[in-house]
This record gives sequence, structure tokens and C-alpha cells, in this order.
Amino acid sequence: MQPSSLAFKDRARAAMADPQLQHSLDLLKHGWQAGRTRAAAALPEFEALRDEGRNIKDHVLGHLDLYLEAFEARVVEAGGHVHWARDAAEARRITLDICRDVGARSVTKSKSMIAEEIGLNEFLEVNGIDRVETDLGEYIIQLANEPPSHIIGPAIHKTIAEISELFQKNHGGERITEPAALVAEARRVMRQRYLDADVGITGANFLVAETGSIVTVTNEGNAELTHGLPRTHIAIASIEKIVPRLLDAFTLLRLLARSATGQDFSAYTTLLTGPKRPDDRDGPENFHVVLVDNGRSAMLGTALQEMLRCIRCGACMNHCPVYLATGGHAYGWVYPGPMGSVLTPGFIGIEKAHLLPNASTFCGKCEEVCPVRIPLPKLMRHWREVQFDQKLTPTTARWGLGLWAAMARRPALYRFATGTAIRLLGLWAGRRGAFARLPLAGGWTGGRDLPAPQGRTFMAQWTRRKNR
Amino acid sequence: MTPAPDAACNVALFVTCLVDLFRPSVGMAAVRLLEESGCTVHVPTAQTCCGQPAFNSGDRATARELGLQVLETFETFDHVVAPSGSCAGMLRKHLPELFEDDPALQVRARALAARCHELVSFLVDIRGIEGIDRGEENKLNLTLTYHDSCAGLREMGVKEQPRKLLLSCGADLVEMNEAETCCGFGGTFCVKYPDISLKMVDDKLRNVEATGAPLLVAGDMGCLMNMAGRLSRLGSDVEVRHVAELLAGELAEPPIGRKKG
Ligand code: SF4
Repeated sequence: MQPSSLAFKDRARAAMADPQLQHSLDLLKHGWQAGRTRAAAALPEFEALRDEGRNIKDHVLGHLDLYLEAFEARVVEAGGHVHWARDAAEARRITLDICRDVGARSVTKSKSMIAEEIGLNEFLEVNGIDRVETDLGEYIIQLANEPPSHIIGPAIHKTIAEISELFQKNHGGERITEPAALVAEARRVMRQRYLDADVGITGANFLVAETGSIVTVTNEGNAELTHGLPRTHIAIASIEKIVPRLLDAFTLLRLLARSATGQDFSAYTTLLTGPKRPDDRDGPENFHVVLVDNGRSAMLGTALQEMLRCIRCGACMNHCPVYLATGGHAYGWVYPGPMGSVLTPGFIGIEKAHLLPNASTFCGKCEEVCPVRIPLPKLMRHWREVQFDQKLTPTTARWGLGLWAAMARRPALYRFATGTAIRLLGLWAGRRGAFARLPLAGGWTGGRDLPAPQGRTFMAQWTRRKNR
Repeated sequence: MTPAPDAACNVALFVTCLVDLFRPSVGMAAVRLLEESGCTVHVPTAQTCCGQPAFNSGDRATARELGLQVLETFETFDHVVAPSGSCAGMLRKHLPELFEDDPALQVRARALAARCHELVSFLVDIRGIEGIDRGEENKLNLTLTYHDSCAGLREMGVKEQPRKLLLSCGADLVEMNEAETCCGFGGTFCVKYPDISLKMVDDKLRNVEATGAPLLVAGDMGCLMNMAGRLSRLGSDVEVRHVAELLAGELAEPPIGRKKG
């Protein structure tokens, strides 16, 4: 996916002028956001669980090599294969090679953000592998040829009418408008694809070092059919998905669905260990795990390490007033919302993504709801510092800041200058309570009046009072 | 208001830039409230800004310099109180972060940070003020709705304290939907991303107007100027005030953004 994060402002403007998108985003607020509030309130130990979740992840990040190697050993013991991919290109190549080795023509895929991150979808396509997405939302955006706009609800920006049109165009037949009928239609189309597929590709919500298992979570059961039916299963996972023990995966699972949608647990949670054994009824004959680094090990030991705790629940975007205004596509790359504003600059470069970490009021709502307590505002501020240090901050902003700082460092000068300016502004305001327009304040007065100062600064009044 | 028992409490008022420049009456109200709670109030003249604009713009060096100035100016007082959750949050939560490179300074910054407070929570939580009584004739016979400013709420734990004191003054409180959602101010955010900021403030004001309350109250001048400025542009009748003015009973000045006299 070609990043277009520099177009954030234009895309945000267009998104805010799109009533259908705004309606979908409103539904998010009343659906998943409200769901998370209810779920958190209903579980007395929820806050303690968040601490535990954070601690598990912090521990893992301190011993990543150890747990990843243990995981690899368990997978191999169980008869599976582990592949290590340094970057996106390697991960794509490894996946394609496995597909080619088994002579795959058709692939089913269950939703995976890492696959989006490494650009696997287009890559398989140009290499002649026929792929179908099995998550309903992901299937819809595949038909629409669009990127996901939310990490757990990739098609939340789509209306029923748009989906109905897409289905008719791609499936033929009558126009269907009933949601239940649309789901049935998708099922019908997908069933044959499941049976035809040579390879199933999934992501993994967790990798368990203790057992060599992968854990997948869905609400549609599509991951199960994706890894269970084809002869070959490829699980692609980034390296920070590892947890030490099964118990740790369950601690994080208790946080995941509650934070994401407000469910106690997702409808389908599957633990998968190795390929099919002789007395198993089903399962893949070949089991591959592709472990992807793609910049993560470089984040270890830096200010960004905490971001690697992320369990991709989407709560930060469901609660972000900026995301809820602009939707996910405005962010211009794979990961939207606050977590995207932290991750994207690392992947595509701060010079191409600096508008994202700045697009926050630092209201702190994301950090308040993040199940693993990632200090997202602090990490966005980190990128602003990188931007400032690399002199990527716009010149006018740098000058303004510099001028203001030069004064603020000299209290007497500051007092004199602000005192004079405020008196003048007060005189100019006269009996007016606010300015509708003011030189150099266009950014403010474009949409709001500027309340006029009362007349004299507090400091001037206070000094007078003291001297009386 | 009954003063807390340990009357000898030296408090420095951190006026904040916006109160200093745009709404000194909030500073005066803060002084009155602090004095009534039994504190001796000082206003160090070497104060300018907490450094937050630099800090949030990624200019750490400037933020650190201003942080040092704050440290040197305020260190000697028992407490530092600001009529703003945002500036208080900068001092309480972020000041020590600025000195991660210097253990000695960091110890000092930590010690100061722990003594920095937002005004209303200071009155209730530290000074133990349970209510304010200015007599029957001075009761606030008005209906208001309260906006929870982000930093006050999430960094300083300001939530029930202003409500409790406002009710004790006789005000009627109608809660708006999504009182805890950001108003879209965000410091320089509102000029860097004006479209998104306006959408956020409009969403906020829809919730405000739905309460039918004629008065909107909050504890941070940034949010208040943003909301008052937008209300004024839209020609709304809703008035806007800082919580300190209401608690101090200082209502002589017109509401924020309104004509004088
Ligand atoms: S940053 Fe936190 S809230 Fe956002 S997706 Fe990751 S885990 Fe969830």
C-alpha cells in the first residue's frame, strides 16, 4: 500500500463532509465504545487485569529472543516449520515460496493486519495467486479494492447500500439489501472457496512459547475454516505477539474482546499447535509460521518499545475524537487512530507521516482505555520531538515558538511586552466582547471569535494591589 | 468556607498565561478562594509559562529551560496552585520528565511536582473544603452544565470536586452527554487542524445546548475560550465562565467573550 499520510488534512476534510461515513463513525461510538465501557465496569478486576497485561508484555519484550526460540523449538517438535523474516520483502517472499512449493493456485486468508503491513495481498495477486478474504469486512473491502479503515472492523466505513451494490456487481443475481441475506450470500460464495483453497493464510493474535501454539480470535469462525480446511496453513505473525505461557495468553484474551467490542470473549478463539496428527480428524498437513520483525527489534530499547505491547484491540481509535471525526482512511496507511499515529512514522518515515502524531489534542482518552496501558500521547510527543530535531516542523511554527520562548525566558521583558500588547488589544476591543477577525490569528478566527482580554493583565493588577 | 486547621500554608499562585492575559478575574477569584481556605497567597513575579507549548511541539530544550525557571521560582513554597488542570498537569506529570538527564534536578523537580495542584481539587482534596456558603442572598441561583477538561480529568483527577462545590453554592447542575470528551482545543492543535477542531467543538456544543442550561462552566481557560469563541461565532445565548469565578462569587465581569456593560 502506497502511504499517503501527507494528505491527512485534505482527506480528513473530505471525510468530515461525507454524511454516510459520519453516520458509520457515530455507530462506532454507540457500539464498540459503549460496549467497552459496559464490559470494563462489569468486571471488578478489569483495572488489575490491565496492569497484568502490561506486565506480561513488558516481561516478554525484555526476553524476546528467549521466548521466540522456545516457541520455534516447540513448533518444530510438533512437526511445523518456523521462518524468520527480517522485513516486509522477506516475509512476502517466504509466503509466496511456501505457496509455490505446494503448487497453490487458490488461497483463503483470514484478516491479518501484519499481512496489510507487509503488503502481502497485492504481492500474491501480481504473482498469480488467487486470494479470497474470509473475514466478511475484509472480503467487502477486497471487492471494493480499498484498504481497511479500522484494525478490527476493516469495512466499518461501508454502508449496507454500498455493500449491496458491491455484491451484486461481483456475484451477479438480484440486488440484496437485507443484512442477514447479504451475510448468507457471502457465506454461499465463500463456502466453495474454502473447499477449493490449497493454502490458508491467517495472522495470529498470540504465539505461545510454552506450547508452540498460535491463538486466533474471530467472531465469524472464518479463521478456523481458513486454517482447518486447506492442506497447508501459513500463520504470519510479528515477533511481539509472543507470550510465555498459555495462561498469559488467556490473561490478554480477557482484555482483548472487552476492550475491542465489549464482548466478554470473542465468538471463536482457537488454539492451534502444529500440523494434523495421525489421529486428528482435520487440520492442515503442513503448518508454517512466518515470524516478522519488520522494524520491531529496532524499537526495542528505544522510547517506542512500549508500543510493542499493543494487542491490536482498536480501543484507542474507537475512543479517539480525531479518529471518530476523520475515519481510518485519512491516516493514509495501514494503521489508523492513535496507535497508527505512533506506528506509521516508524514504518514510512517521519518526513512522510509527521501530520499524524501532531493530529492529537493529547486529550489522553486513548491511554485511558488502552488495555496494556500504552502511553500513546507520550509516544506521539516523541515523534514531535524527532520532527522538531530534524527541523521538519514548519518554519512559521518554529519562529513563533522561538519568539515566544525568548520572551518567556525573560520574565521582566515578558511582563512588559504582554502587558502592553494586552492593553492595546483591550483598547481596540473597546466594549466588544470578542474579535471576529484579528491579524495573525486567522487559524483561530476562521471558525471562532477570539474573546477579548479584560483590559489589564493579572500581573499588572496584582502589582497595583500589592503597592496600594 | 471554613479554613482548614493548618492555617499557615504558603501557596504560590501559578497564574497561567491565558488567565494572566485574557481573564485576570479568574486569577483574582483564585486568590480569594485560596485565602478563604486559610492559605497565604504569593504570586511570584518571575513566572511566565509552564513550557507546555514547547513541550507539546517537540521543542524539549526550550521546555526544559522554562521548566528550570519554574523550578527555581516555585520551589520554596508549600504548594503551587493553578486555575487550570492543563498547566497543573504539565507541572505535576511532565516537569520531572524534562530532567531525565540530570538526577539532582530530577529529584528537585519530583519534589516540586508532587506539590503542584489544580485549584478546585486543591481546595477540596488538600484543604478539605466541603462546601462554600456565602449566605442566602449570594446563592448561585442558576443552572449550569460542566465540561470536564481533559488534562484536569485525566492527569489531575478533577471530576467530582468542582461539582460538589458548585452545588454547595446553590447552582443547579445538568450533566451533558459526553462531558468527558475533548472540546477540540488542544493548544496549537486548534490552529494546526482547524477543521477537525471545529468539528470537535461543534459536537461538544451540541451536547451543551441539549442540556438547556444557559451557562457552561469548566476549569481551563483554553477550553473555555475555544467553546466561548465558537458559541459567540454561532450567535448562541449560552454563557461561559470559569469555575473559580462562580465559586468566588465574582460575577461582575461579563461572561467570556461577552460585551462589557
Ligand atoms: S494501542 Fe492499546 S488501545 Fe490501541 S490497539 Fe493497541 S492495545 Fe488497543
